Amino acid sequence: MFNKILIANRGEIACRIIETARKWGVRTVAVYSDADAQARHVRMADEAVRIGPAPSAESYLKGDLILNVARDTGAQAIHPGYGFLSENADFAEACEKAGVVFIGPPASAIRAMGLKDAAKQLMRKAGVPVTPGYDGDNQDADHLQAQADEIGYPVLIKAVAGGGGKGMRKVDRAEDFPEALKAAQREGQASFSDPRVLVEKYIENPRHIEVQVFADSHGNCVYLHERDCSLQRRHQKVIEEAPAPGMSPQVRAAIGQAAVNAAKAVNYVGAGTIEFIADGSGALSADKIWFMEMNTRLQVEHPVTEAITGQDLVEWQLRVAAGQPLPLQQAQIPLNGHALEARLYAENPETGFLPSTGPLEVLRFPSGVRIDTGVEEGDVVSPHYDPMVAKVIAWAPTRQQAIAQLSEALGQTAVAGVRANTAFLKRCLDHPDFQDAKLDTGFIGQHLDQLVPDAAPTPQVLALALAAHLPSNADAAGQDPWDRLTGLRVVGQPHVQASFQIRDQIFTPRLRGRDFVLPESAHDLMIRQGGTQPDVVLDGERLTARCVTGPGFCHLFHQGQWWPLTRPAYEAGADGAGNGKIVSPMPGRILSVSVKVGDEVASGAPLVTLEAMKMEHVLTAPFAAKVTGVAVSDGGQTQEGVELVTLSPLEDEASA
Amino acid sequence: MSILTSQHNPASDEAKAREAHNRGLLSDLSTALQTAGLGGSERAREKHVKRGKLLPRHRVERLLDPGSPFLELSPLAAYGMYGGDIHGAGMITGIGRIQGRECVVVANDATVKGGTYYPMTVKKHLRAQEIARENRLPCVYLVDSGGANLPHQAEVFPDRDHFGRIFYNQAQMSAEGIAQIAVVMGSCTAGGAYVPAMSDESIIVRNQGTIFLGGPPLVKAATGEVISAEDLGGAEVHGRQSGVVDHVAENDDHALELARRVVSHLPQNKTTVLAQSRAPKYDPSEIYGILPEDVRAPYDVHEIIARLVDGSEFDEFKALYGKTLVTGFAQIHGAPVGIIANNGVLFSESAQKGAHFIELCCHRRIPIVFLQNISGFMVGGKYEAGGIAKDGAKLVTAVATANVPKITILIGGSFGAGNYGMCGRAYSPRFLFQWPNARTSVMGGEQAASVLATVKRDGIEAQGGSWSAEEEEAFKAPIRETYEAEGSPYYSTARLWDDGIIDPARTRDVLGLCLSVTQNAPTPEPKFGIFRM
Repeated sequence: MFNKILIANRGEIACRIIETARKWGVRTVAVYSDADAQARHVRMADEAVRIGPAPSAESYLKGDLILNVARDTGAQAIHPGYGFLSENADFAEACEKAGVVFIGPPASAIRAMGLKDAAKQLMRKAGVPVTPGYDGDNQDADHLQAQADEIGYPVLIKAVAGGGGKGMRKVDRAEDFPEALKAAQREGQASFSDPRVLVEKYIENPRHIEVQVFADSHGNCVYLHERDCSLQRRHQKVIEEAPAPGMSPQVRAAIGQAAVNAAKAVNYVGAGTIEFIADGSGALSADKIWFMEMNTRLQVEHPVTEAITGQDLVEWQLRVAAGQPLPLQQAQIPLNGHALEARLYAENPETGFLPSTGPLEVLRFPSGVRIDTGVEEGDVVSPHYDPMVAKVIAWAPTRQQAIAQLSEALGQTAVAGVRANTAFLKRCLDHPDFQDAKLDTGFIGQHLDQLVPDAAPTPQVLALALAAHLPSNADAAGQDPWDRLTGLRVVGQPHVQASFQIRDQIFTPRLRGRDFVLPESAHDLMIRQGGTQPDVVLDGERLTARCVTGPGFCHLFHQGQWWPLTRPAYEAGADGAGNGKIVSPMPGRILSVSVKVGDEVASGAPLVTLEAMKMEHVLTAPFAAKVTGVAVSDGGQTQEGVELVTLSPLEDEASA
Repeated sequence: MSILTSQHNPASDEAKAREAHNRGLLSDLSTALQTAGLGGSERAREKHVKRGKLLPRHRVERLLDPGSPFLELSPLAAYGMYGGDIHGAGMITGIGRIQGRECVVVANDATVKGGTYYPMTVKKHLRAQEIARENRLPCVYLVDSGGANLPHQAEVFPDRDHFGRIFYNQAQMSAEGIAQIAVVMGSCTAGGAYVPAMSDESIIVRNQGTIFLGGPPLVKAATGEVISAEDLGGAEVHGRQSGVVDHVAENDDHALELARRVVSHLPQNKTTVLAQSRAPKYDPSEIYGILPEDVRAPYDVHEIIARLVDGSEFDEFKALYGKTLVTGFAQIHGAPVGIIANNGVLFSESAQKGAHFIELCCHRRIPIVFLQNISGFMVGGKYEAGGIAKDGAKLVTAVATANVPKITILIGGSFGAGNYGMCGRAYSPRFLFQWPNARTSVMGGEQAASVLATVKRDGIEAQGGSWSAEEEEAFKAPIRETYEAEGSPYYSTARLWDDGIIDPARTRDVLGLCLSVTQNAPTPEPKFGIFRM
C-alpha cells in the first residue's frame, strides 16, 4: 500500500477518497484553486497545496502542475476522482513517465474507450451487444435510408458531431426518412459545420443501466452488479439506484459478463463502468440491452454499489493501483438489499434548474443515511465548479423501504442560502410511477410539472410560517406573561397577526382562535404551542417543519423546500426617491449636463455635475426615469433649490 | 405556601344558575365590544380602506409583535354617549409588545367622525398617557384625526385635562425619558399637528399623512393662497423641507415597520425576574358559577382568590382578625402580590388590618391587588363612637400614599366610602378594571331612594301635609332607575371611570400582564401620611 497519495480533485469525491485513505493509514495531499482555499477537502487532507486561480483550466486541469506537487510532496500515487483529469489519457501517461502511479486504468484503455465510434466497433468484435445502427462514412441518402430500413423503425438520426439534441431526428416511418435526414444534416451543418449523421435504433422507454466492473493487473476482472440511472434531466443523472428494478439474475449475469468482456477487450485495470441502454417497454431481457460506452473512472454514483455489496470501491482502487489482486472473486461479491442515491444540487428547479451560488447559510442533514459532501454549513457554492452540494444515499432491505428512507431524509434536509433541488428530488422519489419502477430516461421530462415544487408558498407553508412567528409558549421559569399569553385579548379569542416576507412576497396572515384566514381561501388551522416546536394542524393534517432562526430571519424547511422568512421590506418601492424634481443642493457652477429631454435614464445615472465649494457634485437619477425637463446648460450658474432636471418614473408610464 | 380549599360545587343548581347569569353578562359584553370594535360605519370603513389605508385595529395589530397580547384600554369609552355611535370614542388605546417592549399605543379611528376628539376621546387619550407615564412605557401615536370635535369645543379645548394636556404630557414624558413616537397616517390638523411635532421621532405616510396648523380651506380664507393638502403638509414637505418628520413611509405597513424599527433602538428598562407561573388549582372559569346574580348577596371571596393566584396558594395575613377584609400574599403569573379583598362590610378592625397590610407591601415593594366588593363602612352609633371614621381614614391614608403599584378590580359592588378605602379611581391605581356584574354608586339605588323619600316625607309632614304610599313610590321609582342606570359598569366604562370591563375568567391573565407592565417603572421608598391614632 502507498504511504502518501495526492488527490487531483475537489469537493465530495476528494473528501470521500481522503476518508478511505485515512482508514488505511495513507497520508493525503490535497490540491486547491484560489476559490477552494478554505474548502472542506483542503481542511481534511494532511497537506494541501495551491495550484492556481479559480478556473479549472488554470488549476484542477493543470496536469503538469499537479505532477510537480506530487513530486514535491513525495506522493506515490495520484487519485484523479471523477471529471477533471480522470479520463485524460495524456495525464495518465505523464504520471507513468514521472514514476507516479495513476490510480485508474492504463492510458491505452482510456484512449480505446474515449473514441465512442471506435469503442463500439471494438465491442462488436468482443461480442458485446451494441445498439443496432449505422455509423459509417457513406453519407449517401439512399444508403442511409437502406441502413435505416434494415435497423427497423423507429430510428434516430443523429449528427455525428451532435449534442444537446441538435441535429437529432426521430423517424417513425420509412417515408418520413428523407425529410428528416435533410433536416438533421441542415442542423448539423449549421450547428457544428458538419453535416454527417449516424443512424441508430430508437429505443422505446430507454433505461440507463450500467455495470460496475473492476479489474486488477493480474488478469482478474469482476462485475459488482448493475446500477439504474434512468432518472436523468438533460443527460445529467438525478437519482441512481442499485440493483436495477426488475433485473433477473440471468440477465444480470449476462450483462455482467458482457461488461467484463468489454473491460478485458481493452486490457482494463481499476474501476470502470460499462453503460448500457435497455429497452424498458417490457421486462428486461439480455437481447434488449445494448452497449453505449465505457467510463474509465470511478462514477459519482458508486456509493449505491458500495451499499449493496458492502465494499469500499476506493479501497479496491488503492489496492489495485498498489499492485494487489482484487479482494474478492466474482462468486464472492454479495448483493444485499437496495440502495438509492440522490444528487443534491445547488440549483433552482423553479427557474429551469439554473445553478445557484453563494454561501450555504444552513446545511443540515438527518442521520441514518450516508452523506457524501464536500461542503459544510458556512461554506460557499462557487460559480466555478459543478454545483453539487451532496449525495444522499439510503440503503434498506427492499426498494420500497429505501425509497421511503431517502424521501424522509430529503424531507429533513435543510439547505439555505442557495436554492437546492431537495424538494424536487423528494418529489421524484414520491412519484407513484417511480415507486412502481415505471421509469425510463424520459421520466423527469414527462412528469416535470409534478416534480418541480411550488414556487409560491402553499397554505401549509404559510401555516408553518405563522406558527414559527409565535413566541414560544413553554412555561419556563422567569418568563414574562407578555411572552406566554400569546395573542391574548381582554375579552374574546386570542388574536395573532403576523407579517413576513418570503422572497419577494409579503404575507399578513391572521389567526383568530381556530380560523386561519388566508388571502384567498379559508382553512381550519390549529396551532398548539408548547415544547420546542409548535404543533400545527391544518385542515386535519399535522405539519412539521424545521426552523433555523437568527436575528431578523427564520429559515423554514418543509418537505425539503427552503422558505426564508424575513420582516417585510416595505420600502422596496421608491423610498425617498422623491418626486422627480432634481434640485440644486447648493449654489454653484454647472460643469456638465449629461442628459437631454426625452432621454431614458437608469437609476443612479448621472444627470448634472455641479461645482461648488471646490468640490464636484454629481446629481444622479433616484429611479429609472424619462427626462422631461432640463433647465440648465453647461457652464451656467445655479442657486440652491433651483430645479435643474425633471424626471418622470418609467414604471408609471408603463402602467398608465 | 398554603393552598386554598374551595367549597364551591360547580354541579349545584345554584352554581349553574349563577353561571348562566354571568355568562349572559359576558355575552352582552362581547356583543358590545364587537360592535364598538368595528369603529365607524361600513361605508366609512370601506372608504378608508379604498384609500389604501389600514383600519386602525389592523394598524395596531401590525405594529405589535406577532402573537403579542393586546391589553386594550377603555374599548367601550363613550358607550351610549353622543348619540351612541362614537365607538371607542373614535380611538383605540392599549398596551402591546413592540420589539419585546411593552408600549402604549394610541390610534385614532378616522372612520369615526374623522377621528375627531370628543370629550371622552380626550379623556381616553390622556388616560393612556397617564398609564404610560406611571409605568414608563414608550408611546406610539398612530395619528389620523381631524382634531377637536368642533360642536364640543367647550368640553375639549381649554381646561386642564383637555386637548392641550396631550402635548403637555408628551413634553413631560419626553423629559422623563419616556419615548414619544408619532406615525402620521392621516390628518394632523391644527392642535393635532403638535402630536408629531412634540414627538421624539416621527414618521409620515406619503400621500396620506398631512400635518399643518391650518388646512387648505383655512389658508385660502386667511391669505387667498390655493394649495393642496399634500403640498401644504405632506410627506415631501415635512420629510425634505420642514423637518417636522424624521422618516417617510410609502404606505401604512411601511410606516408601522419604521415605527417598530424606532422602538427597537429604545433602551429596555425591565429587568424583572419572575418566578415560574403555575395555573391555579381551581379553574378560573368557575368564577361564573360563584358570583351571585344579586350583587348584594354574600359569598366567600376566598373562592375568587383561589381562582386567580398561582397554584391557588395564598398565605393569609391576620386570617382571624377583621375577617371582613381578606389580606395575604400570593403570586400571579409568577409575580408576587399582596391581595386585599372585601368579604363584607368594613369595620374598624378590618380597616386597621388593611392599613397594616399595605404598610407591609410597601416596605417589601410588593404590588397590591384590590378585589373590590364593598357596600361601605359600617354605620351606627356604636361604630361612630368606636372611631370608624378614624380607622377608615387610616385605610384611606394607606391606600392613597402607598407607592407600590396598585391594581383594582371591581368584582362586585362599589358603594360609598368603600370605593375610596378599596382604591377606587380617585386613588390612582395603575389599572382599574370591572367585571360585568359590578355596580358603582355612592350608595345603592334603594337606599338612595329611601333616604331622599325620608327627607321629603319629613318636609311634607313638617308643613302638615300628607304623602301617600303611591306618591312615595312614584317619587322613588325614577331615583332607583337613575341609580340603576348610572351604577351600571357600562355607564362607568363609557366615562372612563375604569380602564375597561373584563372577563372574570381572564382576570388572572390581565393581572399578570398589568403586574409585568408595572415593573417597567422603579418603586420608590415607602412614605406615608399621618395615621390618625
